[in-house]
Amino acid sequence: MAFDKMELRDIEVWDGNFAAAQAMRQSQIDVVAAYPITPSTPIVEGYAQFLADGYIEGEFVMVESEHAAMSGCIGAAAAGGRVATATSSQGLALMSETLYQASGMRLPIVLNLVNRALASPLNVNGDHSDMYMVRDSGWIQFDAFCPQEAYDLNLIAFRVAEDHDVRLPAIVNQDGFMTSHTAQGVHTLTDDVAYGFVGEFKPMNDMLDFEHPVTHGVQTEEDWHFEHKARQHNDLMTKVMPKIKEVFADFEKLTGRKYSPVEKYDMDDADVCVVCLGTSVETAREVAKEMRTQGIKAGVIGLRVIRPFPFFEIAEALKNVKAIAALDRSSPNGAAGMLFNEIAGSLYNTQNRALLSGYIYGLGGRDLTKAHLVSLFKELQANVDAGKVTTQLQQFIGVRGPKLAYL
Amino acid sequence: MSEMKNIKNLKEFSTSADRFEGANLLCPGCAHSIIVREVLNATNDDLVLSASTGCLEVCTAVYPYTSWDASWIHIGFENSSTAVAGAETMYKALKKKGRLKQPERNPKFVSFAGDGASYDIGFQWISGCMERGHNMMHVVLDNEVYANTGGQRSSSTPIGSSATTSPAGRVSYGEKRNKKDMMSIMAAHGIPYAAQVAPNKWKDMVKKIQHGLSVEGPVFINAVSPCTTEWKFDPKDTMHITDLATDSLVFPLYEIIDGTELNITYRPKNVVPVEEYLAAQGRFKHLFKDEYKYLIKEWQERVDAKWAYLQRREESRV
Repeated sequence: MAFDKMELRDIEVWDGNFAAAQAMRQSQIDVVAAYPITPSTPIVEGYAQFLADGYIEGEFVMVESEHAAMSGCIGAAAAGGRVATATSSQGLALMSETLYQASGMRLPIVLNLVNRALASPLNVNGDHSDMYMVRDSGWIQFDAFCPQEAYDLNLIAFRVAEDHDVRLPAIVNQDGFMTSHTAQGVHTLTDDVAYGFVGEFKPMNDMLDFEHPVTHGVQTEEDWHFEHKARQHNDLMTKVMPKIKEVFADFEKLTGRKYSPVEKYDMDDADVCVVCLGTSVETAREVAKEMRTQGIKAGVIGLRVIRPFPFFEIAEALKNVKAIAALDRSSPNGAAGMLFNEIAGSLYNTQNRALLSGYIYGLGGRDLTKAHLVSLFKELQANVDAGKVTTQLQQFIGVRGPKLAYL
Repeated sequence: MSEMKNIKNLKEFSTSADRFEGANLLCPGCAHSIIVREVLNATNDDLVLSASTGCLEVCTAVYPYTSWDASWIHIGFENSSTAVAGAETMYKALKKKGRLKQPERNPKFVSFAGDGASYDIGFQWISGCMERGHNMMHVVLDNEVYANTGGQRSSSTPIGSSATTSPAGRVSYGEKRNKKDMMSIMAAHGIPYAAQVAPNKWKDMVKKIQHGLSVEGPVFINAVSPCTTEWKFDPKDTMHITDLATDSLVFPLYEIIDGTELNITYRPKNVVPVEEYLAAQGRFKHLFKDEYKYLIKEWQERVDAKWAYLQRREESRV
């Protein structure tokens, strides 16, 4: 190899952005096309520095917009190589047209999405509005709760996305600032071990094979469009989850770090449970532990995989629970939150009639405190005791002014 | 260096198409297919192609068929240039890493887009590609209108033309603005080569395409593409209309090297009055009413002034 390997300590102090950049370096991306946006920018800056220092060989194109970033990534991926980029919020919104095109063309691109609120009002801080906005775009979506997971899930994402049975792009989410800019100890893999896990890129239908020219991105209309989208949807629903579990298992064998599409905490005998994403998961786990000392059998579910949605795993994890809170960090303008809806959908055809309530929290970087979660768990217990949801179905946590709730 | 075809005459040229099939859904008389064929016929190089959403795309790659016998990609309306730039970047990356399947090949990267997809919605993407210096060629199929969506004005639509969103009517003569000068804008990026071409002057076009493919860096080609449905002329007259466009100097053929050196590549022996060009097309029919005759005069003055300007630029070598 014509570039230098990087000596890493077993544990490095990295923030989520740098952890993602390191995973991209170790995966030896061929092409990155990117545009800067807070809070994801340090990922591509890190990658550019690795290139400048000779720690990776590849091409970095600093394009003129996020839409062009993903357009370039699509062209590069279709040409036949490993491709990744990063974005957030408004950048993702501008890029969103091309997300559907990448997944429709079955191109295994990895996108680091550092979650941030969508304007207006303009806000650079973290929430999940951007993640939810593209939830139906045909991308696999992982969620990292901390920098360690941002590192690990990047390596895992390439393996899953590039599998020739899967061939779908993947997003690795992490919370803006709370994960992306917070440094923690990260257990590392050596360059050789990490690349050995991700593996060499194996092109499929690549445009640079001049003996076998290919056509990408055709027109279909009503006579074929349905079949293409149905096949893509079916593959996402049936092929991806088994592949993810297989790659998680391989990763555990390699590192001892165990991942699951649905991360359960104290769920074996839980009466009440919170389902959430991102950094809130760790806070909720902390509070659940405390609630146990107060006689409330509390558990937490953190969603590791958002797309494909783990319906069966969720239903299984919740089968003995009496009251559930779905925590959505986005404003589902005009509807119930995504998690509320998906969990309701997962349980509907089961015997489980647990009481389900939805909470909107943390918009625009607002903290979710332990005190919030204490009262939330108590509310769930009150629901269990009363045998019904005692408050309104959708409530806001920690918003100033008159109490907001509906349904 | 690129591998050029040595073509002796039009008959040989017209039968040497091997990468763009005559089997496509473009309208009879559409200049798009002629231009694409002329571009592809100019070279024997391996090609990686893209097309923006538009007539060319929807008529040549309708699943499960394709008219293209070369790698081809379509993403969206605005980003055919960036799609090819991405592929070119991957080629560079894999070459550097020694991972090309056929390392001896020297492919060329070409994007096609209409004027809507180039002058308007795709403008930023093309500008980005030109500024970053990708080794690629962007070809505009300039029919001066959004033809694929039914004839709306673009910023390439010339003044006085009746388009569906700037129609001529009882109190309007149609489009009110002058056509955007894309050649100057693109040349201002300092790119190694920009040229205007026309399908009737096929030798001139082949020469320019071959030159464009042989230079390192981004190349911009603006090709006039008469549209039978939106310019409203008989399909058999495509080449006649193109002749009028080049011979009236409404669409002058020239090139700009390194953003500065301008060469006029075609000087009509007998310059045709602009009026003849306008009269041959239904989109300008209303200009021949008495109250709009002044616009035809203005047209002629504008074309004359532009021609004088191009000649001054050519002479002064600036």
